[in-house]
Amino acid sequence: MAETSHDMIVIEGLHKLFGDIHAVKDVNLRIRRGEVVVIIGPSGSGKSTVLRCINHLEEPSAGSIRFDGVHLEDPATDINKVRTDVGMVFQQFNLFPHLTVLENVTIAQTKVRKRKEEEAKKIAMAQLERVGIPDKADKLPIQLSGGQQQRVAIARALAMNPKAILFDEPTSALDPEMVAEVLDVMLGLAKEGMTMVVVTHEMGFARAAADRVVFMDHGEVVEIDSPEVLFSQPKHERTQLFLNQILQH
Amino acid sequence: MAIEFEQGRIGDGELSLSDRASTIPWWLIGIILIIIVMVLQIINNVEYRRAYDAIIPGLQLTIYATIGGFVAASIIGLFAGLGRISKNALFRNLATAYIEFIRGVPMLVLIIVSGVVLIPTVTDGLNQSFGLDIRIPEAIRGGIALAVVYGAFMAEIFRAGVESIPKGQMEAARSVGMTHGQAMRYIVLPQAIRNVLPALGNDFIAMLKDSSLLSVLAVRELTQQAKLYTGSSFRYNEGYLVLTVLYLTMTLVLSLLLQWYQRRLRKGE
Ligand SMILES: Nc1ncnc2c1ncn2[C@@H]1O[C@H](COP(=O)(O)OP(=O)(O)O)[C@@H](O)[C@H]1O
Ligand SMILES: [Mg+2]
Repeated sequence: MAETSHDMIVIEGLHKLFGDIHAVKDVNLRIRRGEVVVIIGPSGSGKSTVLRCINHLEEPSAGSIRFDGVHLEDPATDINKVRTDVGMVFQQFNLFPHLTVLENVTIAQTKVRKRKEEEAKKIAMAQLERVGIPDKADKLPIQLSGGQQQRVAIARALAMNPKAILFDEPTSALDPEMVAEVLDVMLGLAKEGMTMVVVTHEMGFARAAADRVVFMDHGEVVEIDSPEVLFSQPKHERTQLFLNQILQH
Repeated sequence: MAIEFEQGRIGDGELSLSDRASTIPWWLIGIILIIIVMVLQIINNVEYRRAYDAIIPGLQLTIYATIGGFVAASIIGLFAGLGRISKNALFRNLATAYIEFIRGVPMLVLIIVSGVVLIPTVTDGLNQSFGLDIRIPEAIRGGIALAVVYGAFMAEIFRAGVESIPKGQMEAARSVGMTHGQAMRYIVLPQAIRNVLPALGNDFIAMLKDSSLLSVLAVRELTQQAKLYTGSSFRYNEGYLVLTVLYLTMTLVLSLLLQWYQRRLRKGE
């Protein structure tokens, strides 16, 4: 299909239920190649769940998701293969604490991508360079600051040469003085044309990097627009209300 | 009381005499004294020495059965523990049945059943079906019996160990494309096993003690040697006191090693 060739992620009619909780309600979203989409919304509005459906950490209850033309709901699809192409960066970093920084970045390359140890190390060092901490390669995650750990997590995702990266509140667990170093790395990736879906409340980042901002509330997409329009002239009252709340803080 | 408390907070260098006395591990000194007295007895008293000489050959089997049983029980325990939390209903039920079965029967009875019923049935079955002549040596019989029992205890340790690893670890591993098996093997289990090493160490010590139950299978480990010696010499006091102190020495050394290891682990964190 010609129309999908420039779409990286296509979400159609996505629903997710956790027992009685309707966490995601009929979400439709197209994310183009190289696009940066920021998702905002109150806590519990289903932002993480949408993100986690994109790499099937959660299985959708209904609807379809295509990643680079591959239908995730198709039983013939190898989800592990798809996941190698979708990076994910978590709020709590989730580095592997028993492995060094370098091993954190090489392990999936060697075990999943089947790269040679030498090659994986070279790629890992290049990615650590890219996020600005090649000197920490032999440290354990616990010896790093939060900001450094999150940058390692980004390097770990990058080392797989993903086609897109999902960020779930990557700076929410950080001390304020470390937020900038992580956002800088993400901004760099955005400029280089990485496809990114970012759940964050960092309005500065959204303004600088996002092509579009999605506002979610109660599991629904309420409004999608460019950051300029959505932040200054939101069409929906719920969006306005939410923006007022977070700008006050 | 209040004064002692104050002094206690100043630092080790200024502890009062009574405080310093309360930090000394008197229990350890007491046990070491008992061991020393027994060693002197063995050296100086010919009856004790005879008992010791008769019993000590059993040490080899005690050690073999304990180490072999421990290794086998760890493997059984790992798989049963993973089975217990498996999404696969068959594995989960099999593992749970095994664990609950073992927990519902006294250990002595389990040892007898596995040594007298389970193992002979399996070997006889194999021998008759394939025309073999397998005879399992007593050390291995003992090790298997211990492993079958302790596998169930260790399954619970491994299960708890795996469950103690935050869910985010599995998710991060899956998000870079690892299969469930790879994520377990490279990410979750290495951390889980490190967490349960002290618990496994405790089980090793418990196994060493429970290896004495193998005497009911006529496995010539320490306890069986003591039974045989006292039965023929009627030197019950000497035989069983020597036996007691042999176990005590081994478990004391092992538990001190384990405490040292745990302290080192805590410092490393
Ligand atoms: N694993 C889960 N089990 C049950 N409920 C969940 C689970 N994950 C999320 N939820 C619920 O789904 C809703 C949306 O959650 P989430 O996607 O995490 O929201 P957000 O990321 O916007 O804060 C919430 O009500 C949350 O409690
Ligand atoms: Mg969330």
